Parts: sequence; C-alpha cells; structure tokens
Amino acid sequence: MMRSGINRILLVVALILSSLVGVRAQEHEHSGEPHTEHAGDEAAKKGKFDVGSMIMHHIKDDHGWEFAHGVTLPLPVILYSSDRSLEVFSSSRLAHGEVYNGYKNEHGKIHRVHEGGEASHEAKVYDFSITKNVASLLLSAAIMLLVFSAVSSGYAKNKGKAPKGIQSFLEPIILFVRDEIAKPSIGPKYTKYLPYLLTLFFFILTNNLLGLLPGAANLTGNIAVTLVLAVITFLIVTFSGNKHYWMHILKPTGVPVALLPIMIPVEIVGVFMKPISLMVRLFANITAGHIIILSLLGLIFMANALGGSGTSLAISPVVIFFTLFLNMIELLVAFLQAFIFTLLTAMYIGSAVEEHHEADHGIGYEGAEAH
Amino acid sequence: MDLLTPDLGLLFWQVIVFLGLFFILRAFAWKPITDSLNERENNIQSALDLAEKTRLEMTALKADNEKLLAQARSEREAILRGAKETADKMLADSRDKAESEGKRILEQARESMQNERQALVQQMKKEVVTLSLDIAEKVLRKELSDKTAQEKLVTDLVTNSNLN
Repeated sequence: MMRSGINRILLVVALILSSLVGVRAQEHEHSGEPHTEHAGDEAAKKGKFDVGSMIMHHIKDDHGWEFAHGVTLPLPVILYSSDRSLEVFSSSRLAHGEVYNGYKNEHGKIHRVHEGGEASHEAKVYDFSITKNVASLLLSAAIMLLVFSAVSSGYAKNKGKAPKGIQSFLEPIILFVRDEIAKPSIGPKYTKYLPYLLTLFFFILTNNLLGLLPGAANLTGNIAVTLVLAVITFLIVTFSGNKHYWMHILKPTGVPVALLPIMIPVEIVGVFMKPISLMVRLFANITAGHIIILSLLGLIFMANALGGSGTSLAISPVVIFFTLFLNMIELLVAFLQAFIFTLLTAMYIGSAVEEHHEADHGIGYEGAEAH
Repeated sequence: MDLLTPDLGLLFWQVIVFLGLFFILRAFAWKPITDSLNERENNIQSALDLAEKTRLEMTALKADNEKLLAQARSEREAILRGAKETADKMLADSRDKAESEGKRILEQARESMQNERQALVQQMKKEVVTLSLDIAEKVLRKELSDKTAQEKLVTDLVTNSNLN
C-alpha cells in the first residue's frame, strides 16, 4: 500500500514535470520556428550564426554521423526503388549536396535527380539507410545485449551467491521494474508481460542516456521510434484485452443508455489516445530537453555573432551553469520517461487483463480501495 | 526528415531491432535473470520459513519438556503421597491389629483367670465340704462313742421329726 502510494506520487510528479517540459518545448518550437527562418535568411545573407537550423540539425536524423563540425562518420545508404532494385553506397558520396548515381541528398531526404540536377519525382525511392539514428539504435542494441548477457551470465556464475559487479548494479532496477511497475499494475499475470516491460524500460533508458552524450543521436526523441514502441504497446494491450476490457468500452457499467452514444466514441477514442499519448510524451520530452540544452549553448554563439567574443565569454559561465543544471534534469528525465512509459504500458495492460470489472476505473478507484 | 513525420527507414529498423532485441533478451537474459531471482527469493523464503518452523518446534519442544517435567514432578509427588498414605495406613492397621490382639489376649487371660478361679472355688468348696464332713464325722464319732449319747440323738431326731 505504501509502495503503491509512492508510485502514484512519483507518477503524478513525473506527469507534471513532463507536461511542464513539454509546454516549454512547444513554446520553444513555436517561437523558434519563425525566428529560425528569419535568422536563416539573415544567416544566408550575412554569414551569421543560425541557432535554429543548428538545433534542428542536431535533433533530426541524418545520413552520416557528425560528431563535431567536419568530423563525420559516413554511414551506408540503402535505397530501394522499383526500377533499380536495391542500392547500397556510402553516405560520404552524397555529402555537401553532391550527386551520386542519380541521387541527391536534400535536407536529409534522398531524391532521384535528372542529369541536369533538377529533382525528379517519377520513381518512388524507399530509403532504408543506416542513418545516424539507426546506427545509434544498433549501438544501443549491442550495448544492451552485451550488458544483459553479462548480467545473465552473472546469475549463472554466482548461483546461490550474492550478486556481483554489473549484476548487482542492474538487479535493483530489474527488481524495481518487476515489483514496482509490473506486479502492482498488471496483477498476478505479470510474468507474461515482464520481458516486454523490461526490454521497453531498458531500451528507453539506454537510448535516453545515450542521447545525452555530446554528438549522439536523438533516438528516443524521434517520432518513428516512439511510434513503434507505442504501436507495440497498443497491439499487446489490444490482443490481451479480456471480456471485461471490451465490455467496458462497449457498455460501461453505471452509464445511462442515453449517454452511450457519447460514451462509446469517447471510450474508443481513449483506446487510441493511450498509445498516442505515450508516443508524443516520450518524443516531446526528449526532444524538448535537447532543444533547451542546444538553445542554451546556442546563446554563446549568438552572443559571439552579435557582440563579439567578449560578450560570449562573459555570458558563457552563466550559460554553462544553466546547461549543467538542465543536463542534471535531463538525467532525471531519462529515468523518469523510461519509468513513465513502462508504468503506463503496464497499467494499460493491467486494465486489459484485469478480472474485476470495477478496477477498470483506474488510479482513483485503486487508490480509494487502498485506504 | 521532418520532426513530426516518421521516416520509413527508421520505422523499419526500429521494428526489426526492437523486436529482435526483445526476443533475444527474453530468451537469453530476462528468462534466466527472472528465474534465478525467483529461485533466490524462494530459497530465502524457504530458509526463513524453515527458521520460523524450527523456532516454533523449539518452543513446542521446550513446552513439551516443561510439561513432561511438570508431569514427572506431579507423578513423584503422587507417588510420595501414595507411599506416605500406605505407610500411614499400614501403621494404623498394625496399631489397630495390635490393639485388638492385645484386647483379645487380655480377654482370654481374663476368661482363663475366671475359669481358674471358678475351678479353684469349686475345688475349695469340695475341700471344705470334705473337710467339714470329716470334721463332722470325727465330731460325731466322738460324740456317739457312748451309748447314751447315741440314744439321745436318736430321740432328738425322732422328736424333731415328729414335729414335722
């Protein structure tokens, strides 16, 4: 009871924090975009620093992994088109807007171009390239496989003994996911869903933390990644749904018949809103964090562009202080978002497999029950 | 590659890599890890249960011992009490017996004394009779040694008997 109470408080705090960060991010995006275009025009004219495009360049996916200005790791470009079948070549061939094999990279999108250089949209090109994000995804998968095979072998090696090394470091987190997320949210059937929840938690956590490294990809802040995670959660919830779950949607108990035409669409929208909120929450939080940190760092370069090196030197201590502070918050957010995504997934699964009809009412009812 | 439109390539790779990661980790990491965690928890739980059981057994044993001791003590007391009672009873019995025996002996003695006295009295009576008869004979013999005295007696007797 005590534990579930703490969980609730954590969740509430996390949701408030995430909404705050989200709002800030939105403001930034709104205020940022026109500014970006404006600054972009100016930059084009005067050769000044363009903070908006710098930020967008950092948070978006790219062919080739740019660690620092001019230091780019070329990555394989994999294209499929119906007339030319599969083509694989290095992304360095498309660097700086060069045309290779009839392809040109324009703002991150690879188009077919004619001999003259103008874009052609006749043939549809499917881009399966190992982009910066895909490379980061593979890297994180490799890290997770390495780490967890080490942890797993630790259990085989230290059988009947106390955990050691990385095993003892990760065991509390695994137990946290099992005892604080899976068990209370799903109930007795949690074992079936525990592997997914653990994979989800550690995948998000690993990529959130990797994304905080300088020069790293913004993987969990990419909508495609969060979309896949949310869709998998949605499929699991939908296919785990028992009779009570569907009855609750089609014919909620205690609702007057006259209200059903309103309630049923609301419930159906709710079914889809859950994964959409999961997708947007993770994407927005991670992207927002990156945008804020990059904006703060961008201040130094803007100051340099506007008032010279003296101004930038003067403001950099303040900026570094705030950036450090925000990095700390981002570290917290990395854990928090992994926790929230996993907890909400577990709760959705829990509501789908729950045997009692009454418990479908969610947090408030359970909380009331606990008292 | 806009911020809000998912790219096909990344979607594709994310599905492949995430599902691959999930299946590999489920088979080679989560299963052994959760199994050994459960096993360890069960071991700890069973060890705790065993300790608790042993403790309960110990207290039960101790209570049993105590009970046994108390029983032994009460039994000893009962035996002692019984022995004392028997002894007392025996004492009382023998005293009663002795008393009654004494009484009986006394009675017997008294009886035989009585008998002897009776016999003695009888004897004495006989002796006295004999003696007095002897004396009377002797007296009579002396008295009736002469003729006159004899005649006189006869006449006396006759006169006395005539009166009757």
